[in-house]
Amino acid sequence: MSLQFTKLAYDSVDDFVYGQCKKPITCKNGMIIGGGIIYPEVNFTLPPMNATQATLPEAKRIYKEMVDGVLKKAHELHAPGVVIEFETLPQYTENPEWGIEIHKILRDTMYTYEAKYGLKSVLRMTPNDLREMSRPPIMRSGPYWDAMVRIFEQTAKDGADILAIESTGGKEINDDAIVNADLRTSVFALGCLGARDMKWLWQNITQIADTYGAISGGDSACGFANTSMVLAEQGFIPKVYAAVMRAMVTPRALVALENGAVGPGKDCAYENVYLKAITGTPISLEGKTAACAHFSPIGNIAASVADLWSNESIQQVKLLSGFAPVVSTEQLIYDCRLMNKATEKGYTKLLRDLLVESDCYLDPQAYILAPENVFEIAREIVKSQNPFIRTLNTGKKALEILQRGVDKKELHLDEREVDWIDRLRDQLDEIPEDEEAFIAEMKDEVDSDKYNIKEYGLE
Amino acid sequence: MDMQELSLAVQKGKLKVVKELVNQALEEGISVQEILDTGLISAMGIVGEKFKNNEIFVPEMLVAARAMSAGIKILEPLMSDSGVKPIGKVVIGTVKGDLHDIGKNLVAMMMRGMGATVYDLGIDVPDKNFVEKAEEIGADIVCISALLTTTMPAIDDVIQEFENAGVRDKYYIMIGGAPVSQNYADKVGADAYTSNAGEAADVAKAYLISDCKKGVTA
Repeated sequence: MSLQFTKLAYDSVDDFVYGQCKKPITCKNGMIIGGGIIYPEVNFTLPPMNATQATLPEAKRIYKEMVDGVLKKAHELHAPGVVIEFETLPQYTENPEWGIEIHKILRDTMYTYEAKYGLKSVLRMTPNDLREMSRPPIMRSGPYWDAMVRIFEQTAKDGADILAIESTGGKEINDDAIVNADLRTSVFALGCLGARDMKWLWQNITQIADTYGAISGGDSACGFANTSMVLAEQGFIPKVYAAVMRAMVTPRALVALENGAVGPGKDCAYENVYLKAITGTPISLEGKTAACAHFSPIGNIAASVADLWSNESIQQVKLLSGFAPVVSTEQLIYDCRLMNKATEKGYTKLLRDLLVESDCYLDPQAYILAPENVFEIAREIVKSQNPFIRTLNTGKKALEILQRGVDKKELHLDEREVDWIDRLRDQLDEIPEDEEAFIAEMKDEVDSDKYNIKEYGLE
Repeated sequence: MDMQELSLAVQKGKLKVVKELVNQALEEGISVQEILDTGLISAMGIVGEKFKNNEIFVPEMLVAARAMSAGIKILEPLMSDSGVKPIGKVVIGTVKGDLHDIGKNLVAMMMRGMGATVYDLGIDVPDKNFVEKAEEIGADIVCISALLTTTMPAIDDVIQEFENAGVRDKYYIMIGGAPVSQNYADKVGADAYTSNAGEAADVAKAYLISDCKKGVTA
């Protein structure tokens, strides 16, 4: 039975702050996420090398070296706890036994540090969504899905605390939509296809989590909204489009929480802020300290309501001070230490507001994440229970907020960006509010070689 | 007919108008070569410059590219009779194990915009497919893309495949993708590394023009 969210989890935006949420999560070792302390979440990956059976021994050695370095630094700097994300390389999900072996190395090392030094740590397991390896993607069966299930099940059995994924339902048609700044196709990809996939996917993940005592964590629309952010950063597409996409991916993401996910949401999912406002679940986020992985215009504001603070991903390369994952760990710990000290002194809201205001007027993608605007968009989302309507109305609300920011002269937009607000609004205004009619229109418009509508439970 | 009118229609992405004007130009006896060079490809050159100068975005460039393609489609059946050849032939693809294609697609679009014929192999492309397609169509340039640190080594594998087939020197090999660098290009023996789609098209064009093999100047 799916949950329904009809109102926000918060009565006041003043309570919407970092490190605490309405529905904190207690992990197996007693670490509470969203219960008052913001923790670092560290992700690391291999340096450039082939990921094959032949290189597996070397890969295992490097992973062991990375996790040792991260935990040692966390212990030395008195971190109150740390989350480690193992986001597999595609090859390690496709060959699940490889990923399972590496997970075990990380898990055992984390247990050792907890037993030896009392350092509490939690492991987030994030396999790849391989289903897009088939073109058009096969979403609900086949060897890629089987491999995903295998690695989810065994790592949950072996002690993974949190299960997560960056799912790709609808992405196969949204990639072209992004480079064309085509919101019409994005509404179809997210609100019609993606939302249906999320329901099926997260019911399955939650079942695995429940069976093995893991937490059904969260998803990320990375391939949708972050791809847009990166392309906007490079000047390829309007920032206004990327900002609207950021909000519009939320209804798709919310389906996971309606179907068993309880958080913490994944780090690169900036849509998490809307999810936290609606569901009260804890979230991970990344900003300035993830510049090792990607640039962004939301370096500070991303931290403003985060419950975990992440580096996204970093390769095991040597820097002047040491290996990069250790460097990243130190940076995250100091970020969190400052935020936790502010909370201890009663300055949580003050620091939140500083984090927000230092970014939010300089870029539409930051503006759309300001708490007041988050609440306004979140309220729009919960007015309907239909993901398609929610997606459409979220887009319109986001554009309304951006226009208001421009009109009030508080939001900085480059000249060439401004008329995109009207262009995008025109696109959304042409979409019928009858989902069935819209799907029928899109079946004629979207290249059927790129996706199989039956894989989404549609005819 | 004024070719400037056709050029403006391409720049603004007015596909139907472009088709009408190309047909009109042919009826008026304007050569295929002139329509192509002055009306279509030069228009995309202007669009590309505007993009480089941060005046427009990729979606606007894509609309123009589609309009240009519609015009070229009308001319294609007439090209061989007129002795018109593309500026060059490009094979492009993302390496085995890598599904990323947005950047690769942008490079393909920019190269089409400069008048090249582009054969897009897609994503997750086995090494040998690059060689086979390049040999099959007599390519000038091979573009190889990878976005992951763990798929980047496959670029080297593709180049080795060209070496093993004894045809490496026949092609100008360009590489790109987030983890790729000039150092890596030097290490694997690629001819060029470019960091974005616009630069890739510029480097490709410079090579093709300097090569002086083709009948069309862009």
